[in-house]
Order: sequence, then C-alpha cells, then structure tokens
Amino acid sequence: MSDRTVAALSRSLAKGEFSSVELTQDYLSRIALHNKGLNAYITVTEELALAQAAQADALRAKGQHGPLTGIPIAHKDIFCIQDVRTTCGSKMLSNFIAPYNATVVERLNAAGTVTLGKTNMDEFAMGSSNETSFYGAVRNPWDSERVPGGSSGGSAAAVAADLCAIATGTDTGGSIRQPAAFCGVTGFKPSYGRISRWGMIAFASSLDQAGPISKSAEDAALMMNAMAGPDPRDSTCVDGAAPDYMATLNDPLKGLRIGVPRQHITKGLGAEVEKALQEALKVFESLGATVKEIDLPNNHLSVSAYYVIAPAEASANLSRFDGVRYGYRCDKPVNLEDMYKRSRSEGFGDEVKRRIMVGTYALSAGYYDAYYLKAQRIRRLIKQDFDAAFKEVDVIIGPTTPHTAFKIGEKSDDPVTMYLEDIYTIGVNLAGLPGISIPAGSTNESGKALPIGIQLVGSDFAEAKVLNIAHQFQLNTDWHKQTAEV
Amino acid sequence: MALEQTDVEKIAHLARLHVSTEEATEVAKRISSILELIDEMQSIDTESVEPMAHSFDAIQRLRPDVVTEIDQREYLQKIAPSTQDGLYLVPKVIE
Repeated sequence: MSDRTVAALSRSLAKGEFSSVELTQDYLSRIALHNKGLNAYITVTEELALAQAAQADALRAKGQHGPLTGIPIAHKDIFCIQDVRTTCGSKMLSNFIAPYNATVVERLNAAGTVTLGKTNMDEFAMGSSNETSFYGAVRNPWDSERVPGGSSGGSAAAVAADLCAIATGTDTGGSIRQPAAFCGVTGFKPSYGRISRWGMIAFASSLDQAGPISKSAEDAALMMNAMAGPDPRDSTCVDGAAPDYMATLNDPLKGLRIGVPRQHITKGLGAEVEKALQEALKVFESLGATVKEIDLPNNHLSVSAYYVIAPAEASANLSRFDGVRYGYRCDKPVNLEDMYKRSRSEGFGDEVKRRIMVGTYALSAGYYDAYYLKAQRIRRLIKQDFDAAFKEVDVIIGPTTPHTAFKIGEKSDDPVTMYLEDIYTIGVNLAGLPGISIPAGSTNESGKALPIGIQLVGSDFAEAKVLNIAHQFQLNTDWHKQTAEV
Repeated sequence: MALEQTDVEKIAHLARLHVSTEEATEVAKRISSILELIDEMQSIDTESVEPMAHSFDAIQRLRPDVVTEIDQREYLQKIAPSTQDGLYLVPKVIE
C-alpha cells in the first residue's frame, strides 16, 4: 500500500483488498512503533478504533457504506469525544473525560471513520510550534530536531508520518495551515461558520474554525463533505447546506485570476519559499490561469490586531476553568479565591497565562477603546482589503509561512518572534476566509529535506473553489506525494 | 506601553491567576514586549472605521422556547472535583 490517501484506501476497502479492521491494526502498530519518537498522539484509543473498524466492516458487508467508512482518523485533542480523555494539551484538563461528542466527531463517526486517538497540540491551541503542550513537544517527521508547527502539530505530524489516514485540526490564526506547511501535508481552514464549533474547546470564538489535515486536497474535500453544514447547537454556524466539495474538484482552471499580495513578497520571506511560490505560479499559468500582483495594504497590522482580539476572547473563554465543575483543582484550597487562583496558576502553562493576562488587560477599564475597539477597527480594514482584492481576482496565492520548520527551542524564549511567523495566515482568520496550505516545494537543511507550503485563499464561503484549485495543482505536481521517512 | 510589577499583580488578580513577586518582574517584561507589538496598530488612524466583531454580519439566531435537552446532572457531575446532593462543593464562602 504505497498510496495511503483516503481516496486510495477507500477504493481498496471497496475492492476487499483488506478490511477496515486490518487497516486499523496496521495503523495501530505504526503508532506503537513511531509515536514514542514523534509524540504526535496524547491518547491512543485502540479499543474504540477496533470496535469502530469492526462496525465499519459490518456496514460495508451490508452495502451501507460511504467514502469514509472504515477510514482511520485522528482527532486533535481539542475535540470532545464522549468517554475519552480530552486534554486540549493542558494539565488543566488532564483528568477531563468528555461527557459528549463534538459535532465534528459525531458527523465523522456517522460517516464511518475509525478513531485512532487524540493528537498533541499547543496548550489550548496557543502556539505555533507545539512546544507549549503539557504533554511535551511533537517532533517533525522530516527532522526530529525541528518543530511540526502548531497548534495542530500532532495532527500534521501524524498525517505526515502516516500514523493516520487523515486528521482533524483547528485554526484560529494559522493552526491548521502552518503545521501543514511545516510537515508537507495539506491543511484546510474553511470559512468561519462553515463547520460547527460545538464540542470544540474554545480559544477565540470569533476566529476558531475546524478543518481537515490530509494527504491531498481531494481527501480534504471528502472529509469536508462529512464535516460541513449547519448545526443548531452552534449559532455562528451558517445556515444552508454545504455544497458537495467533490463535485467541482475537476473544474478546469482556464481563465482563473490569481492575485499575489505584494506585501507577502518582502525581505522577511525566505528565498527558498519565494522560489517555490514562483514555481507554483508557473504551474498555474500552464493550466490557463493568469497571475497579477494585488495589494493587502493593512496585512502588516494583522498580527498586532490578532494579539488583542484572540487573547481578549481567550481570557473570557478560559474563565470557565475555575476548578469547580471539572478539570484540575488545586490541593487543600484555604478559601474560594485561593482555589480559583491556585487551580488556574497550577493548571495553565506560561503561554496560556500570558495570553489570558494580555486579554484581561486589553479588556480592562480604561484600555478597552485603545486596545479592543482599535483592534476591531483594524480587523475591518483587513477585511476590506480582501474584499477589494476579490473584485479583481478569484484566488489569492502566497507563502503559508516565511520559512520552513524551525528547530525545537529556537524561538520558544521569545514569544513575539514566534508570533510574527504567522504573518501570512492571521489576516485570513480575521477576515473569516477559507484558506488551504499545500506542499509546493522542498529545501535542504543540513542533509534533511524540509517541506515548503503555499497558501491559497478564497473569498467568503468559496471553499469548493479553493479545493478545486488545490486539487488541480496536485494533479500536476508531486510535492504532496513526498513522504517523510520515520 | 511597559508594565510595572504592580500592574501585573493587578491584572493577575482580575484574571484570578496567582503570580508571585519573584515571577512578576519577568512576566511584566514578557507582556510588555507583546504590548509593544500590539502598539503597532496605533500608528494608523481608524477614527472613521466601524469596529468589526465578526467576519460576517450575522445576527443571533432564535429557536422556539422548548426543552431540547434531557436532565443529565448525575452523569455530568461524575467528572466534578467535589459534589454533594447534586451540588458542586467549593471551600466555605460565608463564615
């Protein structure tokens, strides 16, 4: 089995080349062999996986199956799975057994996927390197001295190392796309509101969005078909059925208008990444697309606006972790305030506490206008820049990250340097747009190949278009087929 | 703007976090560098720009006022640190 995309595995299952139980056992043994080195999974749900696989085989025998029936999946440990420990990468939830399923999990279960386990992540999704996880850093399958990116680093590493066929992730400021770029896989953040956030532990509610991390855009489309659509339990999830994302994958790109933001091609961009981007643009041109420069004049302010809005929303969302109803409670509290303060200080890691304090400060009396309202005004400027650009072009293409994966420990002492690495992804969240990172090149760092990702951004709810463009690129290139040797 | 140790203590209290005096100086330094990054946005005039809370102008959806959830108190309280008679227990608040 050299092609381990969902599409290929699904065909093999349909032909009876192997059963879902056999496939699941194969994945479980790969996890047993490689997870110790990579630390991509926090929890492996072996019993659940084998039970779901047996059920999938039984359904298939009865002819009741779809494209995802029996496909082994990993869920980022931010999604609640009933009766399974859900930690969100934090000590705060190290004892939290979720009492219900996230809508995303419910829908993927209904589509017949097999849950292999819960993947590692930056604590409460706050980080770009996976180093803030209470459960230890994840290692990049391409080079174990490097980070896989974050916050969905465990999911990206698990897909890259083939420790699952496909995985879920979440993206608040780049947390699906950046690790996908660092690990050489496909990572798709749909438009805000396309997928239910119910049961997905909240970080910044006006930005958080779930999406697939996969080995191809086609696989992402298969998974989107199961995940997307309205949910009465999430009032920010948009009404109206999601389209069939498979139906338009093969639309030709002739006449496609591509915009490349001038502001993304600056001296901060690594030469290798820029070269890969230019090569990718040539591929699109050969498919009949036209390329022009566009402007996103306020993009440089996206990081500063984000570091007000996201921490402000996080400070409110994370106030629920108080040691009263679930999660960590400190030993022998002397009074209620002591219980709150010590439970939270002992349960949260440094980065989470920093962001809670930044958010608390930004929302506190006397600072609200200068910080929070100001950031919301900048947010509108950023959205307007995208709106103007989409009057001229159909898709915006640029780098996903300025550089390839950095070394573990290299940036962990300086949060601000790490924040600035998300310069190309954050604006997309502020504007609520769909964005995908796809592999488009590779660089060589001291004898190790490191993947390079490019980002495709679509207009509001143009997920199908973005997946179509990414799929056409992948039909004409091989970068997504390169695999890490673990 | 640079934060002082006393600012950190005040913010930590508002966020119900405990920051020791020894930690406060370091925390003040780290948060100040984040605020310095944030202050970049003060460089442009946004007087005439409406704040944007959400990426599309949605309004809160309403549903009929009927009971849709079943009572699962016992099940949900199984993961609580401390309960009694269906109530969550916390340290004594009133002497």
